[in-house]
This record gives sequence, structure tokens and C-alpha cells, in this order.
Amino acid sequence: MARIAGVDLPRNKRVDIALTAIYGIGRYTAVQIVTDLEIDPGKKVDTLAENEIGQLRDKVQEYKIEGDLRREIDQNIKRLMDINSYRGLRHRRQLPVRGQRTNTNARTRKGKARTISVGRKAKEAARKGG
Amino acid sequence: MARSLKKGPYIDPKLAKKIAAMERSGSKRVVRTWSRRSMITPELVGHTLAIYNGKKFFPVYITENMVGHKLGEFSPTRTFRAHSGGGGRR
Repeated sequence: MARIAGVDLPRNKRVDIALTAIYGIGRYTAVQIVTDLEIDPGKKVDTLAENEIGQLRDKVQEYKIEGDLRREIDQNIKRLMDINSYRGLRHRRQLPVRGQRTNTNARTRKGKARTISVGRKAKEAARKGG
Repeated sequence: MARSLKKGPYIDPKLAKKIAAMERSGSKRVVRTWSRRSMITPELVGHTLAIYNGKKFFPVYITENMVGHKLGEFSPTRTFRAHSGGGGRR
């Protein structure tokens, strides 16, 4: 049982992969942490020695992770919304922020597709086109 | 692609001149500008600019938080007035 940075307890996976379960640590940082500490990245979390877990715990503290990271990101978004910038506007409307098309797709931002009632003209056009 | 740091921020020379002149005389007026591509510099804070959006001049009061953004970001160019039928979400 390895509990690092609060709630994360990855198990029976390679250390470098297990570390990515922490929000804010991806493959790159994970590998960097492991090499810095000279821990074998292929070692499973179960087999880690107590002192190795301690080392990891300390090392992970050096990064901005979990709650702090989430808070920072939220603040950045909030800033954009507060200053009335275009990007803030897009966030407010839950639409893609970086200029992607919204005629189709953009489902990640817009959520599950809901049919919007269409006027007569649009329906006719769709019939002709289809 | 971000702009090269070597060049420094872009600001329309004409606009910069107007602001500098206003700063010197201490007067505060709304300045009309078409230069949406200009970066907001600390000198602009506290001024109100009327930024053209292709149709009209959209007045924007510049605050500290806006430094580093471009003027155009604050003057929306499109109007979307909901689909007919309404309802839906929110």
C-alpha cells in the first residue's frame, strides 16, 4: 500500500506508470522522478521498500499537483472570464476555446448531442442535401 | 505559434503615440482604434479604448488583468442570438 500525495494509491503497476495516477504527473515527470531517485522504473509498487516510498513522497512534493494544480487552472479560467476576453466568453458558454469548428463535432465541450428544433427552411435544405 | 520574445510586444505605433500624448496631457478620453492586434501594455491600464469589431467601436475599460492580451480579444466580432424554438439548456 503506497499512499502518495493524499489519496492516490496505485498498485501492482510499474512505478513510472503508477505515478501518473497522481493528477499533474504524466509519463514525462514520472520517469524524471524515478530516474532522479534512482529507483528502477520497472519495479512494481507492491515491491517498493518503505524508504523508497518515502523518497517518492518527498520528491512528489516538489511538483504542483492535485488540488493546488486544479485550483490554479480554475483560477486561470476564472481570470479569463472576469476580464471578458473572448476565451473567457467561450468558457462561459461551454464551447471550444481555441477556434475549433462548432457546426459539427465539439462534443467534448458541448456534451451529449441534443437535437434542436429546426425551422421549416432548414429541414427542406437538409432533405435536398441528403 | 507565439511571437518571438526578441521582438517584444507588438503595439500599433499610432496607438502608442496617442496614449503617450494623453498620458502627458493627463487627459482621459476614449480613444478609437482599429488596431485589434495590439498587445495591451501596462501603459494602457486605466484607459478606455473603443475597439473596432468590424461594425462598431466597442468600448473597453482596460484593467490590470488584461495586460498581455490583445485588444481584439475584448471586442467580440460575432453575434449569436440563439436558435429559434429556444428552451434547451440554461
